[in-house]
Amino acid sequence: MKDYIEGIVAPIDRDNIDTDQIIPTEYLKSIKKFGYEDYLFDGWRYTDQGRLGMKKAEREINYEFILNNSPYSESKVLLTRDNFGCGSSREHAVWALRDFGIEVVIASSFGDIFFNNCFKNGVLPLTLNKTEIEELFSVSMDNPITISVNIKDKVILFKDKLSINFDLDDNLAERIIYGLDEIDITLKDSELIKKFEEKRKENNPWIFE
Amino acid sequence: MGYTIYDKLWNEHLIRSYDDGDSLIYIDRHFLHEVTSPQAFEGLKKKSLKPWRINANIATPDHNVPTIRDNKFSIENIEDNISKLQVVELDKNCNDFGIKQFNINSNNQGIVHVIGPELGLTLPGMSIVCGDSHTSTHGAFGCLAMGIGTSEVEHVLATQSLKVKKLKNMRINFEGSIQKGVSSKDIVLYLIRTIGTAGGTGYAVEFAGSYIRNISMEARMTICNMSIEAGAKVGLVSVDDKTIDYVKKHSNLEANLINDAIIKWETLKTDKEAIFDKEIDIDVSKINPQVTWGTSPEMVIDFNEKIPSSAILSAEKRKSLDLAKNYMGLSDNQELSDLDFDKVFIGSCTNSRIEDLREAAEVLKGQKVSEKIQEAIVVPGSGMVKEQAEKEGIHKIFIEAGFQWRAPGCSMCLGMNPDQLNPYERCASTSNRNFEGRQGNLGRTHLMSPKMAALTAINGRIVKEI
Ligand code: SF4
Repeated sequence: MKDYIEGIVAPIDRDNIDTDQIIPTEYLKSIKKFGYEDYLFDGWRYTDQGRLGMKKAEREINYEFILNNSPYSESKVLLTRDNFGCGSSREHAVWALRDFGIEVVIASSFGDIFFNNCFKNGVLPLTLNKTEIEELFSVSMDNPITISVNIKDKVILFKDKLSINFDLDDNLAERIIYGLDEIDITLKDSELIKKFEEKRKENNPWIFE
Repeated sequence: MGYTIYDKLWNEHLIRSYDDGDSLIYIDRHFLHEVTSPQAFEGLKKKSLKPWRINANIATPDHNVPTIRDNKFSIENIEDNISKLQVVELDKNCNDFGIKQFNINSNNQGIVHVIGPELGLTLPGMSIVCGDSHTSTHGAFGCLAMGIGTSEVEHVLATQSLKVKKLKNMRINFEGSIQKGVSSKDIVLYLIRTIGTAGGTGYAVEFAGSYIRNISMEARMTICNMSIEAGAKVGLVSVDDKTIDYVKKHSNLEANLINDAIIKWETLKTDKEAIFDKEIDIDVSKINPQVTWGTSPEMVIDFNEKIPSSAILSAEKRKSLDLAKNYMGLSDNQELSDLDFDKVFIGSCTNSRIEDLREAAEVLKGQKVSEKIQEAIVVPGSGMVKEQAEKEGIHKIFIEAGFQWRAPGCSMCLGMNPDQLNPYERCASTSNRNFEGRQGNLGRTHLMSPKMAALTAINGRIVKEI
């Protein structure tokens, strides 16, 4: 059960961070579901060009990039701005965040497909309004801060200095809290799907050719 | 009260709603390719599950396939071992589960969004998903089509359904007739420039208006294809005679079945009284050819404009503009026509259909690619497009002009295969994403129409007049 996350905030002050930036195409060649931690934000994190299979230790590190520096290399929370995760549907983007250790991404908006992908992998995308985002940037930009995210009560706390309530559908919250397997849940409706399918076939036989 | 086409499609596929606002919808067609499916198949195997309805699934390798190959080429010939493994996996998974695949040697292999419609596998009224954001392309046929992630690919394989929230309705009315030299690519780039890359987020966007009614299915596909670049995972066009004519021509269905289907398909249009959550009117007659200058598909200007100056912008906006200029190697107030290009790529699921190739070939007839251009490649979207182009002699025009005539695949749209930009190379590309590194590490992409790409090939730079 995961209803509470506490972690260091890594602020990345950019709009429109697309999934090609979160993980470049090269690493989409993997057929595995895990092991993407070293490729997160590859183009920004390193100054050399990587290949699938290369480890962080073999790479030329860009120390100007926030996640390469302590304590941000331990961050669990990513703070960014508009339209995070736009672009390609690659779930690898979420896998890379998850494998790196990011459990919460805070942004003013998200790409639709990325947003959905997050919940399948225990990564919580939180949408806050621009004022709240600005507040978080202002407290986290200069010094590392640790915030807590209480998923049950839907509130972000930074000591006694900041308290921000967030909206999150209960079912989405539950997916993060209990890590439910969606296929199992849907298959409970097997009979319903079968019935629907039969009727659809009767009315639209051309689809089933 | 009336319904939008999206509402109708939604109701047609709704299996059930849950208390929390989620819904379960039935999936008619599932396209698969080698990049986003291996983990889904693995998940299926781990749970000892089988695909719910085998026939719903159609697979083809497109992202990793080399485009320099002939009929004798086999998977074993893929030089990059990691790319090879993905294609091998797809082959294996399709064989293990009995899924129909157009494999690397098939005449019908191609970019998944190009082959679906042309093989008659995309039919009006279908719900269509694929682990690929440009699945929105199929919305041109009045389909409920959207990109999904790999976990959802597994879910669809296992349950023939998808859990989603209903989107809001938006309509873009494109009115008027376009100027000479302007194509559907320019229209959609202009739209993204206008509403931004998040403008359509949370919406199913219907494209309507006299302009949409007048254009071909290919052009409609180009527009629906890039609705995801405007943030909308669903892009749609109401069914009309053009849709039905296209489907009749491309489908293998028996005549009676088609006739029954047509009655249904004709209802797949937005009712007059339907109300949209948002409507935008765009006069297309004023739109010039559009070119992206930066690293987001909304960073678009007219082909004869200057790179936007950051000076007038708010600090927040300025930052992203400056980052983009820096990456693209641009300075304030440079003209687009000042830039020297290194490569030209005509292809991708946005612009690799026969009509696109014809458009480029018309410009290239009797012309030569500029000496400044190191490589100009044209990659047809499918085996069928390639064959048709060869029948028409279009390939000869490309070759004589100095283009390389390649075999179908995604190619330099994302450079998973050997077709890539080298660092700092500038490319005129008919694809859909100009993100940093999209076509190769540190490569610089300018998105444009096939016609503009052809003109750029001839001149080595973007022309100032057309
Ligand atoms: S052509 Fe490009 S955008 Fe289209 S499916 Fe292939 S990689 Fe994706």
